[in-house]
Amino acid sequence: MRSILTIYRKELCDHFSSNKFLILLSLIYIAGLSSTYVALTNIREAASSLDEHVFLYLFTTGGDILPSFITFISFFIPIIGIIFGFDAINSEKNSGNLSRILSQPIYRDSLINGKFLAGITTLSIIIASIVFIISGVGLLSIGVAPTTEEILRIFFFIFICVFYGGFWMGLSILFSVIMEKTAASILTAIAVWIFLMFFLPIIADAVANSMAPLADDSSLAEIARNYSIINSISRISPATLFTESIMVLLVPIGGNLLINNVGYLQSYSMLESGEMQLNPLSLGQSLIQVWPQLVVIVALAIICFAVSYIIFMRQEIRST
Amino acid sequence: MNDNDNLIISQNLSKKYDSQLVVDDLNISIKNGEIFGLLGPNGAGKSTIILMTLGLTEPTSGSVSVGGFNSTREPLKVKRISGYLPEKVGFYEDMSAKENLSYTAELNNIPYREIPAKIDEVLEIVSLSKNKKQLVRTFSKGMKQRLGIADVLIKDPRLIIFDELTEGLDVKVANQILQTILDLNSRKNITFLLSSHQLNLVQKVCSRVGILSGGKLINQGTVESLGRDLFGGGKYRIELELEKITEKLTGKLKKLDKVVSVNQTDNKFTIVCDKDIRQDISRLISNEGILLTRMDMKQDALEEIYLKYFKEE
Repeated sequence: MRSILTIYRKELCDHFSSNKFLILLSLIYIAGLSSTYVALTNIREAASSLDEHVFLYLFTTGGDILPSFITFISFFIPIIGIIFGFDAINSEKNSGNLSRILSQPIYRDSLINGKFLAGITTLSIIIASIVFIISGVGLLSIGVAPTTEEILRIFFFIFICVFYGGFWMGLSILFSVIMEKTAASILTAIAVWIFLMFFLPIIADAVANSMAPLADDSSLAEIARNYSIINSISRISPATLFTESIMVLLVPIGGNLLINNVGYLQSYSMLESGEMQLNPLSLGQSLIQVWPQLVVIVALAIICFAVSYIIFMRQEIRST
Repeated sequence: MNDNDNLIISQNLSKKYDSQLVVDDLNISIKNGEIFGLLGPNGAGKSTIILMTLGLTEPTSGSVSVGGFNSTREPLKVKRISGYLPEKVGFYEDMSAKENLSYTAELNNIPYREIPAKIDEVLEIVSLSKNKKQLVRTFSKGMKQRLGIADVLIKDPRLIIFDELTEGLDVKVANQILQTILDLNSRKNITFLLSSHQLNLVQKVCSRVGILSGGKLINQGTVESLGRDLFGGGKYRIELELEKITEKLTGKLKKLDKVVSVNQTDNKFTIVCDKDIRQDISRLISNEGILLTRMDMKQDALEEIYLKYFKEE
């Protein structure tokens, strides 16, 4: 156990003293505080029409110039995860440290476990710190204290963010185990991220439009089918699952529509015509709605790490 | 020999990578306090034997034990008493020598309060005390190798394994390192297993060597005994070139004390003997009134033995 702690402490120290940590932290703080400023301006302007979940609007409200904090964080978490994992093992191999460290009386898995835990801790600290800073700034500015339910929603949000980051870290550690060059592992991880984040939704849209094309006079069933195909394909991507889960958690009124196959457009037209009325979901109901997404995100993080763990444990260790 | 005298014992040790046999039925014993050299060309299986000895890779069949601990089943116990310096030794370049050693000490469960004194002690042995706080990135290759020795010494090992230790070092630094090995061997009775291509350097320190080819141990023993096996006995070989050769002279040379054999080709003699008898030879030749044009003496050199084994490779 001491060996894992020793490696964990050393890796944690490396992360905190690294330039990449400082750059990422600065970027996230700048993005987070800027989006909070925009959110606060909009909240003040629309104060009278807001429901009881004012505090959560700090995280979900964006503006014309800047998107909301959750949009920023959806973008940054994969980057943090990738950056803290892409050279975990191959840099040790290339520098000649791996065989020296593994010839010490430690189990081989102590190394990969210590590195993963240190990465997750750093990620958690980055996310928690910006969320707490935004909460503090919001508390001072709008003067409305968060309810217990809002605090719990924020904690669940941090929890999902950590596991989502854990997935990307596990994936980049996997690439660092199977690829010799650090450049190859980071490029592959970024390619996967770009595909899942940007190209998969385009592919999903194209497939849905070819399988269930929509016209101006499409029926509700046709719209639902189209939307169902888009959802089914998009949900291959953890980015989609993450967006859906944080939307449902942080937007208690209407956030769940995103994962509803009836679709936004139809839902909003029903809302406008008065056929449908929205009520806020309780925390329990929100969790039930996103339970599958949560389970898949946690499972993906575990699977990615488990695969890298198994491959690393079976790999031949050579000094050259 | 009693098994207790042996620190490393390998029995029918074999290793296959995919279908390629890289270590083939290796049986070897290395005694406590011995300096043993593993020699062989690239791909002979030296590094794989070292990795199996440390429990860093599993044998396909057979077993190897260090200090009575099976390397496959009890790798932590083996690694606790063994220090290993790989061919391409790496340190965390952004950390100082002291920080790197402290990390190794912590991984070896050395109590925190003992670590500073231990670091000072091992850095003193390798003459790096003044560079304690220097970042490793500023170290030369020789300094890194010496730091590597300090790194393995920090756990007070019974066995130290060096893989191509002196590779890429200039002769002066290599000799300093070899002297450190000899000192540690005599002062602390540490057993060494060295693999190297630099045969002259290995010969300086190794009490025994094992010659590997294609994963097989083709011979092992002291340099002298290997030479005897190959060249037909006798520790020294004296080559003579004479103006002329007579039967009488040949007979007298054969009768000299400690002569094992005398071979003649044209006007040259090769005399294999157990002692340096050059003075006796020159006196004899002078008494016969024959002009001696050349006389060289060769002790069995590891390089010659090595070349004899691998001349076809």
